[in-house]
Amino acid sequence: MTSTRRFYPVFVVLTALVAVWYVGAIWLNWDLQRNAFENIHNSNFTTSDLVIGTLGQERPRLPAPHQIVFELEKSILEVAPGSKRSLIYHSVITLEATLLGFVMGALAGISLAILLVKVRTLEKGAMPWIIASQTIPIIALAPMIVVILNQLDITGLIPKAVIAAYLSFFPVTVGMVKGLRSPDLQQMDLMRTYDGSQIETFLKLRLPSSLPYLFSSMKIAVSASLVGSVVAEITKSEDGGLGARLLAGSYYGQTIQIWSALLTAASVAAALIAAVGLIERLTGTAMGVRA
Amino acid sequence: MQATIDIKQVSLTYETNDGSVNALSDICLTIGRGEFVSLIGPSGCGKTTLLRTIADLETPTSGDIRVNGMTPSEARKKRSYGYVFQAPALYPWRTVGGNISLPLEIMGITKQERKKRIAAGLEMVGLSGFEGKFPWALSGGMQQRASIARALSFDPDILLMDEPFGALDEIVRDKLNEQLLRLWDRTLKTVVFVTHSIPEAVFLSTKIVVMSPRPGRIHDVIECNFPRDRSLEIRETAEFLAIANRVRRGLREGHGYD
Repeated sequence: MTSTRRFYPVFVVLTALVAVWYVGAIWLNWDLQRNAFENIHNSNFTTSDLVIGTLGQERPRLPAPHQIVFELEKSILEVAPGSKRSLIYHSVITLEATLLGFVMGALAGISLAILLVKVRTLEKGAMPWIIASQTIPIIALAPMIVVILNQLDITGLIPKAVIAAYLSFFPVTVGMVKGLRSPDLQQMDLMRTYDGSQIETFLKLRLPSSLPYLFSSMKIAVSASLVGSVVAEITKSEDGGLGARLLAGSYYGQTIQIWSALLTAASVAAALIAAVGLIERLTGTAMGVRA
Repeated sequence: MQATIDIKQVSLTYETNDGSVNALSDICLTIGRGEFVSLIGPSGCGKTTLLRTIADLETPTSGDIRVNGMTPSEARKKRSYGYVFQAPALYPWRTVGGNISLPLEIMGITKQERKKRIAAGLEMVGLSGFEGKFPWALSGGMQQRASIARALSFDPDILLMDEPFGALDEIVRDKLNEQLLRLWDRTLKTVVFVTHSIPEAVFLSTKIVVMSPRPGRIHDVIECNFPRDRSLEIRETAEFLAIANRVRRGLREGHGYD
């Protein structure tokens, strides 16, 4: 009963989206199909021939949903997972860089937040730079990071993870600074009446107060980390990964392949956010959050 | 009677953008061991500031305070007092037991001893069986009782309370007043209690300090000699009403409701 009620809106939105997508595919591929018929001197086509044709092209401007589903089925289920034509193979590569980058970024973000809260003057001095760091387009910065790290003999997974971490530390820093500052005056005064040390105040008050903020920002950070990994893979496409797959697809005009990789990346991001959400819920239960 | 808290000519001035504010002006007050002293007055009279000054949460601009013969800072570091705030200020991620355990953990008391004290504290405020509950599952009155148990868990001889029952309805407040009185009678603590309720002050206190605002100063000090084991019925007696009247008169003289 409740599950029907929960899934009903999702189902309606999804159906509408697919319908719009089909209309879009017909519209965008229309003239391509007309040209194709004319090229083979077939002037004897009907409108329904055209519509069917727009949904079955090899390199459409916008592939139809069922074409992507077939491609996903082929490259996930039929091809061996170890093959370079398997999306599972590329997803695992992307996932590795994403997770390592997320851990690095989250640790850096948390450490930076602690430092900023501890040393108030530093916040004024450092915050503009931290914000500025995020205004540089990552697509411009990524090759530089790869080159510099290569010069230091750091290759392989690490440079990609660094690029992912570069995007994911920022939301964690911002969220964590806010969280560490969230205890109210009475909660702080209480620690003072016990003559609690700075370390105790941090561990027993500031840190637990900050956790809800940390989890919200980690959900943003983990998806930012995935974006970073994909961008890094476009830069370093020889290692494979969903980014490399996107790049290869655009080289050869394989729009179906691009859309399949895109949807796979989106699914991986959704799964990662759900995983962070699950950890958040478990932590919340242990910390008395009202169900 | 030995003085537990001795306040001599204490003044406190805040500097704000609109000039300086005289929060406390020339306060002199002696509180003996085992007394129950209420600070009463309209908002802005400095009663909470005075309590916070005793607790070393504020520093006076001039004058001298001794708590158990020490400066407020030394007394705080010796954990001489327990402080109960207006709001229960329980940490929401800790259970009721965990909250009572907090000061004990900071003071380095062993786990075994902590367990004993949590059980004793919960029994003292009538919350046995609620140890594992999180604060949100408790009513406002229960939460404030838990915070009293927390303040007393490390057995300080002074209890400083800042309008602890201000946010509760009258029925709950009456009940907690009676329980607090029993607790005070049993434990022989010295209590300093901030309130703006006249019946509450008269019912609880051995001494009522009437304060007036701008600048915050003591207007009148009224001795109140009801037996230690008084019950709520004394509120109907002529003596009680006479003292309540004197407090009300004092508040009116010092204030003028401008």
